[in-house]
Amino acid sequence: MSAPAVVADGVSKVYRRFLHQHQFRTLKSALLTGSLITDLRPDETFTALDGVSFEVPAGTTFGVIGENGSGKSTLLKLLAGITKPTRGSLRVAGRISALIELGAGFHPEISGRENVAINGIMLGLSRREVDERFDEIVDFAELREFIDAPVKTYSSGMYMRLGFSVAIHVDPDVLLIDEVLAVGDEAFTRKCLDKIGEFRRRGKTIVLVTHSLGLVEKMCDEALWLRHGRRAGLGDPRRVVDAYLTYVAGGEEALLARDQAASPSPAAAEETKPEGYREGRWGSRDVEITRVLLVDDRGQERHVFASGESVVVRLDVEARADVEDFVFGVGIFTADGVSVYGTNTHIEDYVPRRASGRGEVSLELLDLRLVEGTYLLDVAVHRRDGTPYDYHRGLHSFRVKSRIKDVGVYRPPHRWSFAGGLELEKPAPRPELDLHEGK
Amino acid sequence: MIAQARTLVRYRLLIQSLVGRELKARYRGSVLGFFWSFVNPLLQLLTYGLVFTVILPGRRQPEIEPYLLFFFCGILPWTWLQSSLTEAAGVLISGGNLIKKVLFPAEILPVVTVFANLAHFVFGLPVLLAVLLGYGRLRPSALLLPLPMAVQLVLTIGLALIVSALTVHFRDIQSILTHLVHLWFFASPVLYYYGTLQGKARAVLRLNPMTHLLVSYQQMLFHGSFDHWRGLAATAVVALLAFALGAWLFDRLRDTLAEEV
Repeated sequence: MSAPAVVADGVSKVYRRFLHQHQFRTLKSALLTGSLITDLRPDETFTALDGVSFEVPAGTTFGVIGENGSGKSTLLKLLAGITKPTRGSLRVAGRISALIELGAGFHPEISGRENVAINGIMLGLSRREVDERFDEIVDFAELREFIDAPVKTYSSGMYMRLGFSVAIHVDPDVLLIDEVLAVGDEAFTRKCLDKIGEFRRRGKTIVLVTHSLGLVEKMCDEALWLRHGRRAGLGDPRRVVDAYLTYVAGGEEALLARDQAASPSPAAAEETKPEGYREGRWGSRDVEITRVLLVDDRGQERHVFASGESVVVRLDVEARADVEDFVFGVGIFTADGVSVYGTNTHIEDYVPRRASGRGEVSLELLDLRLVEGTYLLDVAVHRRDGTPYDYHRGLHSFRVKSRIKDVGVYRPPHRWSFAGGLELEKPAPRPELDLHEGK
Repeated sequence: MIAQARTLVRYRLLIQSLVGRELKARYRGSVLGFFWSFVNPLLQLLTYGLVFTVILPGRRQPEIEPYLLFFFCGILPWTWLQSSLTEAAGVLISGGNLIKKVLFPAEILPVVTVFANLAHFVFGLPVLLAVLLGYGRLRPSALLLPLPMAVQLVLTIGLALIVSALTVHFRDIQSILTHLVHLWFFASPVLYYYGTLQGKARAVLRLNPMTHLLVSYQQMLFHGSFDHWRGLAATAVVALLAFALGAWLFDRLRDTLAEEV
């Protein structure tokens, strides 16, 4: 749009750690060995940000996303000027206000009124500006009747409201927001969002660091995705969020796979435990489920699926003895144990004839339209009367990802239509979530 | 050092309000409120008066009689230094929230403690001056008081910067400092008279910047005539050096502060 409000050019931040010396050495040894100054050199370094470059045009809203520890907060601290970049340059035009920790500078013993004055000055207002804006600040925080009470008597909600109110009334040219909106009651959160919206309309620049991808898509003109301190994506928020989601799905894929690999193999379990019942898995093992696989429509093993994708549950089984009475069953549960769906070969009138040696069972679930979440899988082989051969309860799980944050369990195919005096703007078409190249 | 001084000037409004907050917060909830600033030195005076007249009576050098008054002229500025340093040691750690979460030059915190204690000193002055007046000892030399105060301010800020920044890295300093300051107290002429000291003791005390400040205060207030110009000038140089060292050290450690507190 116009001149950039923020220019970051190859910004790196290397944190120095002094852990070692703090744990094992003290001033005494520093003095004894005469290494007072050398000890103040770091033992090891940690690169929190690594050559990140971006520009934020004035008047736009810029979102920063990334996992925990990806460098988001470091970036915000650099923008706020709390720390300096180790390498590279960072330029911010105009007055900055940072909503990093609300009410960070409040002193509990003195009144809200005095704290507002001091906090305002701390954030860069002159005394006159504080006086002029005082009423507005107090009204926005809805604290008029408590403003002369010491801040230590405030509830945490009141504390934050006042902190937010002061910070936002500094009327900065660039507003930095760090996840603060996640706290506070719903009404106030909405009020904060409204205020931030008003900021946008007035052409102020906002840098928003958040885990709320929806907020980024809704409010931001551009988004930056940080991964391990490096720029992993920059540009249109939808695209960046998409790329990020795909990446996260890949990470979860690896995580879920590891969890399952970690659960003890049946052979090992048999050696250490007496036969029969054990938590999560029981049965005589005359017929054993030796492996459970979740496979997508291309035959690839996966643990994360997009809502509406097809999922194949594949069981490798081995009959130790020839049996003629057996039923295969699969059940899907939500993470809190609510049954989503369950079926078995007996319910569906398959009549067992013979099982011997190795075999493979596949259940293809077409268009698995579940809402986003983690689901647990029960798989079992048992007699028709229910006596289990091998029952796996909740030992396997998968995750469903979705661009739409609807609620419940099941998403029926659906369509909205409106008639009469109703006018609604159609949602922007969302690109399909494609997890196929998940890794 | 110049940059450091400029920062302090730029943030004078903030320093001013934080000092105000410090003073308000200290007496918040007490019945006497601000009066404590006057009552405190008065009670201090009464306590020592009791000690020196009843518990430890006896003849002292004629130059420092009435002894209670002499002592009071020294202990008041000494308290300023002592409280500033011991409070500065912990101030970055307790104010860590500010350093980490708000764009805030950290050196303001130790500077605020020095100024807050200066305020207590200034509140105690009227009590001292009134007592001096009562003894009929108030002379025009008392008008020179801002000189040693300015020197002590610079010296104390320098030391407070050093102490506060180092304490973040070596928390031991907080414990050691109490004793060091105590030792320093006895190596400074508060309880005794520098003017008649001889030999080694005098040579050692000469190197102590607080000696010259205390002598200045005592001459201006108690003795009523000031001639310690050279000592005061030398101390001013030392004070500037201390400030420069403090500013340099603080600046060097600045980046690590936000990570270590």
